[in-house]
Amino acid sequence: MSSPLLEVRDLIVHFYTREGVVKALDGVMLRVGRGEIVSLVGETGSGKTVTALSIMRLLDHNARIVRGEVLFEGRNLLQLSEEEMRRIRGREISMIFQEPKSALNPVLTVGFQLREALEAHGEEGEAALEKVLSMLRRVGLPDPERLVNRYPHELSGGMAQRVMIAMALLMRPKLLIADEPTSALDVTVQAQILELIQSLVREMNTSVLFITHDLGVAAEISDRIAVMYAGVVVEQGNVYDVFEEPLHPYTRGLLAAIPRPGRELMAIEGEVPSLLNPPSGCRFHPRCPAVMEVCKRVKPRLVEVEPGRLVACHLYGGE
Amino acid sequence: MGDRMEGARRTSIRGSLLMARLVLSSPTGFAGAVIVAGLLILSLIGPVLAPYDPYKQDMSERLMPPSWEHPFGTDQLGRDILSRVLYGCRISLSIALLVVAISATIGLLLGLVSGYFGGLVDEALMRVTDLFFAFPRLILAMAVAAALGPSIINTMLAIATVSWPVYARLVRACVLQVRNETYIEAARAIGAGHVRILFRHVLPMVVHVVLVQATLDLGSVILLAAGLSFIGLGAPPPTPEWGLMVSEGRLYIRSQWWVSTFPGLAIMISALGFNMLGDALRDAFDVRLGR
Amino acid sequence: MDLRAYVLRRLALTTLVLFGVLVVTFLLSHVIPADPIGAILGPQAPPELVEKLRREWGLDKPLHEQFIDYVCRAVRGDLGRSIRTNRPVLQDLLEFFPATLELATASLMLGVLVGVPLGTISALRRGSWIDHAARVFVTLGVSTPVFWLGLIMLMIFYYRLGWLPGPGRLDPYMTPPPRVTGLILLDSLLAGRLDAFYSALRHLAMPAAVLGWYAAAGIARITRSSVLEVMRREHVRTARAKGLLERIVVLRHILRNALMPIVTVIGTTYGGLLEGAVLTETIFAWPGLGRYSTGAFLYLDFMAVMGTTLFIAVIYSLVNLAVDLIYAYLDPRVRYG
Repeated sequence: MSSPLLEVRDLIVHFYTREGVVKALDGVMLRVGRGEIVSLVGETGSGKTVTALSIMRLLDHNARIVRGEVLFEGRNLLQLSEEEMRRIRGREISMIFQEPKSALNPVLTVGFQLREALEAHGEEGEAALEKVLSMLRRVGLPDPERLVNRYPHELSGGMAQRVMIAMALLMRPKLLIADEPTSALDVTVQAQILELIQSLVREMNTSVLFITHDLGVAAEISDRIAVMYAGVVVEQGNVYDVFEEPLHPYTRGLLAAIPRPGRELMAIEGEVPSLLNPPSGCRFHPRCPAVMEVCKRVKPRLVEVEPGRLVACHLYGGE
Repeated sequence: MGDRMEGARRTSIRGSLLMARLVLSSPTGFAGAVIVAGLLILSLIGPVLAPYDPYKQDMSERLMPPSWEHPFGTDQLGRDILSRVLYGCRISLSIALLVVAISATIGLLLGLVSGYFGGLVDEALMRVTDLFFAFPRLILAMAVAAALGPSIINTMLAIATVSWPVYARLVRACVLQVRNETYIEAARAIGAGHVRILFRHVLPMVVHVVLVQATLDLGSVILLAAGLSFIGLGAPPPTPEWGLMVSEGRLYIRSQWWVSTFPGLAIMISALGFNMLGDALRDAFDVRLGR
Repeated sequence: MDLRAYVLRRLALTTLVLFGVLVVTFLLSHVIPADPIGAILGPQAPPELVEKLRREWGLDKPLHEQFIDYVCRAVRGDLGRSIRTNRPVLQDLLEFFPATLELATASLMLGVLVGVPLGTISALRRGSWIDHAARVFVTLGVSTPVFWLGLIMLMIFYYRLGWLPGPGRLDPYMTPPPRVTGLILLDSLLAGRLDAFYSALRHLAMPAAVLGWYAAAGIARITRSSVLEVMRREHVRTARAKGLLERIVVLRHILRNALMPIVTVIGTTYGGLLEGAVLTETIFAWPGLGRYSTGAFLYLDFMAVMGTTLFIAVIYSLVNLAVDLIYAYLDPRVRYG
């Protein structure tokens, strides 16, 4: 297998708050190959967004990347200077966010903000404007010549998200990070946006790290899936394999919890842990139906049980 | 939702103690609290502490620089400045407290009614406050004071007149936010009358805004009153009012700097104390309300 | 609503407010004083003069008729006659206003030039020593009585150190440039009198610094809180994610959006500067509205006082109208909402 485009190794991120230190990420391991769509799935607070922001190095001031590596095409992004990182953002790695209308600057026209994405990396003038217009057409927005003079508040949610996608893909980045891009949209629009993303990234051979809490969306769009719980990636693999045969107890619980008509609702026992005072050993152990003694003491490492299939669980030898 | 009501009620004793701790934990809050406490104490016992009679003139002692006998020096009529500053503390603080109490109360009531009932009453209040805001505060106070004549009472009336609109607007904005909360609907659903809702449910959520504004306002009023006296529209001579004292010392600023400096310093420190305390109070409320 | 509707609405509102201002000044000058004529003419006035003025003012007429007379006169520019200068009040006001305008504008410029960068840096470097220093500056600035500060600065910088010139707008021996606008800085440039320009600038320095300090404090405060608020918004993160230079993120995506509340505060600050002018012009022998009205109080020149109040309220309302229009220009949601 060729080397992955993005490899996150053992990423530990802490937030320093008034209440104490929030251990948001506890050794995240992630791999995204070239031209692959990988979903990062988990509940709210599991650390998906923090992971994404850490890759982009866009965390808040009170966050510290304590340890770990983020290898992009072999380079450790965490060791780059701010200027080198700036050149990567928007050009090699792009990101789109959940609320498209608040993600755009309300006092600048849509066209201006799109051209900005190009100007930041040295492309300006007529050629840039042409690129913007053609990209707007490509994302399915009618009448781009008039659209560029509109302001964000004049757009609908779906249109705004298309603009965001256009903006992110203008420089043809190698990796697109999409943080819940459809969660704030109506269901019908969701489907359209998903389709759009899929067709665009196939066309440009862009890899995608697709963050979502919706297993259905993950199943539909991705090649591989990574499941996160309380700041750790607990399982990773081909999406069909993971759904067919989930290995980690949490993944099993998640899939079983999907409501199905004619069946009882099945919930996972317990509550999401506080990241101020996370459980010792495996962070899932208080809720795990298959918990063993070792789980309370030792944190399981992510182990490759088959080629491309990783689990972090003592059931599969996590020492 | 019911937690909010409980929370509002719990902000009685335990809440107040927690607030006090929050305020005092910040350096500005602590400094402000110390200054304000000092001012309150001085306004009570200042006249007792004063070594001389603030009105007693002694031409043989006029314009003496600060010394052991007269730590702040004497003014152009031989009066001891320290004593006058101490007496002035009581005057300034009384004016400030009375004015703020009156204007805050008026503003609070009008804002509550206007925000809660809406409609014509609300429109009317908005227009009236717009009118007051069309004048800079001092200018309007000046005009009112000029119309009424220079005296302490008239100064207070003038300043109160220009101060209440701020409270009314602030309270109204807060009430508008609170009015649409579900627990208000819940209270109506169980048959609570308007007055009861206003005072039991709306008022507690609005009080913190008024408290912060009132504290900050105390500082503004002291500055405003001193300003009015400085231009001759406030307390008449020989009242030992700080602003008036600065004005009287104006002609001697060249060599006998102490006549104007010490009263002015007193004004500044007082305003400083209330401003710092008000800021710390606002921060503490933000924390408590989870912002 | 679109821009035109917005402008029209604001104009209508301002006109209403101005009308209300007339009501207020009418009440203050005709209704509240126990004896308006006595207030105007003073206790020594001969009874014939009192009668004459009473008839002229129509004080025996019903109140609403008096009010209509008052409004008609005010709109025509007749604000009465000053007993001190023995000229129409309006003429006095127009003569003295430019000095105050010059002072207020210079102070505002200082306030903005110091306050906005200070507030911005304070927000961007939250918690640093600059932030703490700025917050101390702000708290001091809003707590200092301007009239006292003016005196102290005069004492230190003129009497003791001699660095800056004393009271007045120009050096006493210098002949002023021919009056075109009344703004000496402008007039001296127009007349090519660089010596007058320089002298006027040096004289403007201290009063503008005193009022500017106060203005800068208020502006720095609102800038800081506005920038802090905007910094947290999503679009700032998007801007950085695009790979924009930090400088552009700050200027175009943070400051540009933070401007709106700042502009509004500039309007109210102008009102504060007019107040400050009233308090400090006497100290600096600055021949503006402030000194005029202060003199009017001491002289019990009632018409002048009321005229000044009305005049200042009108100016203030126009400033706020301008602020509203600038706001509309800055925020496209208002324009194309």
